[in-house]
Amino acid sequence: MNLGEGVQLVSFGLLTALMLGSALGVVLAQSVVYSAFLLGLTFTGMAGLYLLLNADFVAAAQILVYVGAVNVLILFGVMLVNKQMAFEKVPGLALRQATTGLVCAGLFGLLTTVALTTPWMLSTTTPAGDGAIVAIAQHLFSDFLLPFEVASVLLLMALIGAIVLARRDLLMDNSATGLSDDLELKLPERPKASLSSGGEP
Amino acid sequence: MTSGIDLQGSFIRALIDLGLSPGVAKAIWIPLPLLLMLIGATIGVLVVVWLERKISAAAQQRVGPEFAGPLGTLQPVADGVKLLFKEDIIPASTDPWLFTIGPALVVIPVFLSYLIVPFGQNLNITNLGLGIFLWIALSSIAPIGLLMSGYSSNNKYSLLGGLRAAAQSISYEIPLALAVLAVVMMSNSLSTVDIVNQQTGYGILGWNLWRQPLGFLIFWIAALAECERLPFDLPEAEEELVAGYQTEYAGMRFALFYLGSYVNLTLSALLVAVLYLGGWEFPISIDWLTGLAGLDPATPWLQIITAALGILTVLFKTYLLVFLAVLLRWTVPRVRIDQLLDLGWKFLLPVALANLLLTAGLKITFPAFFGG
Repeated sequence: MNLGEGVQLVSFGLLTALMLGSALGVVLAQSVVYSAFLLGLTFTGMAGLYLLLNADFVAAAQILVYVGAVNVLILFGVMLVNKQMAFEKVPGLALRQATTGLVCAGLFGLLTTVALTTPWMLSTTTPAGDGAIVAIAQHLFSDFLLPFEVASVLLLMALIGAIVLARRDLLMDNSATGLSDDLELKLPERPKASLSSGGEP
Repeated sequence: MTSGIDLQGSFIRALIDLGLSPGVAKAIWIPLPLLLMLIGATIGVLVVVWLERKISAAAQQRVGPEFAGPLGTLQPVADGVKLLFKEDIIPASTDPWLFTIGPALVVIPVFLSYLIVPFGQNLNITNLGLGIFLWIALSSIAPIGLLMSGYSSNNKYSLLGGLRAAAQSISYEIPLALAVLAVVMMSNSLSTVDIVNQQTGYGILGWNLWRQPLGFLIFWIAALAECERLPFDLPEAEEELVAGYQTEYAGMRFALFYLGSYVNLTLSALLVAVLYLGGWEFPISIDWLTGLAGLDPATPWLQIITAALGILTVLFKTYLLVFLAVLLRWTVPRVRIDQLLDLGWKFLLPVALANLLLTAGLKITFPAFFGG
């Protein structure tokens, strides 16, 4: 075993431990903020595994999309929705958690058996390395063109939907100072125009 | 142009001649450029802090730091030592883990991005094929660190500052990436070395600045916003938010934010120099000059002079841009948060998209000038 292989083996072990640990943390952490941060760690570990597979572009894209965008949006969501709510005590909590654990363990066992019994075909082609960008682009603009375009239409729909949902016209010049009795900072809102009417700026 | 000084090759060969095995020789070489770059980045920060103090003073008709060392050059060192010896405070109701990890998450990606900064044909840590894309991916991690430190401080100003910083950072990343994409399109490569090589040969006339004037402006504005420099220093707007996400920080943890912001400024200036100002290319093409003088470019002393001149050229361009950033700081008033987001989403983004489209069109029409 030369230096490169040793480094590869050790980093694979470290990354796997990191991913498993942080993924368990995402599920088990009591605070949702911790879960969100640990999710970012899981995504980063995933990018590390891609790096070990010689897929640098996919690794960087994983960091950019999952850590830099998806995880940040999740964090924004967690931090802006600032409802302090204690969990209500539900009867038979221990039984529910035990059942959940059992189902999850069963699923894990099933997937493990599938992974172990499947006769995997190991690819013998050499990794594309730096040529990966060109290869990915050629696929995106030839045989994967339709999924690519459909995904972009989906994103556009989500974008427009988010704007429609989030858009509120506040009446700033109202006589109310904005501090109502229940000490909530609220401004009176102009009622939304029905979507069917459309066209109105 | 592919020849040049190969430090790595000669260093490893020298070690092997000393009787070490090739594997050990390579393992000894690997940390050296990293260490050199780390030291270089830190010294660069000291210079930038000193420049900032001196130029700010000059802009306000003051003298600035004067007594620490000649012309006050040791002032940034004194600042650093002071921060090092300050008491390390973690406020009582913070979340100590997130409070500690936050600043580190802001600083580490910035230092990692130095991996791709080239100072010459072979004078870089690695010539990654991924190049500039690595920088874009790494800089997208910083908002998580900002959110983390803002949240864990358990302070409304910190949380608001952290949210603002993250919003600003992800808004301006898009025009930044689109501006970079236009340059990448012209040079057919993400590698920073290839991007510079595509600009060489014609001296100052070959620089991307002339082919991408819009892209240059977009990149510079977006980079300033990413660094939270003054026209866009909303996250720490003193009048509104005390100090934003840094409010609760003191000592070494605060120093990390401070260090990170200045390293980021230097890095952005370096990348502007690489992407738009021809990197290590001298304003008058060295190849042309040596050809005129009838010298062989492979002569050892000439190579050393060319490499030294290249490093000096990159540093000169970088600090010229830093000077510009400091001047901007004292000339342009701070924008409001809604103006900031308007500028990013409603102005820079469409302009960047149009620039990308224009570049693509020009590339097809004039492949000779815009990289066929």
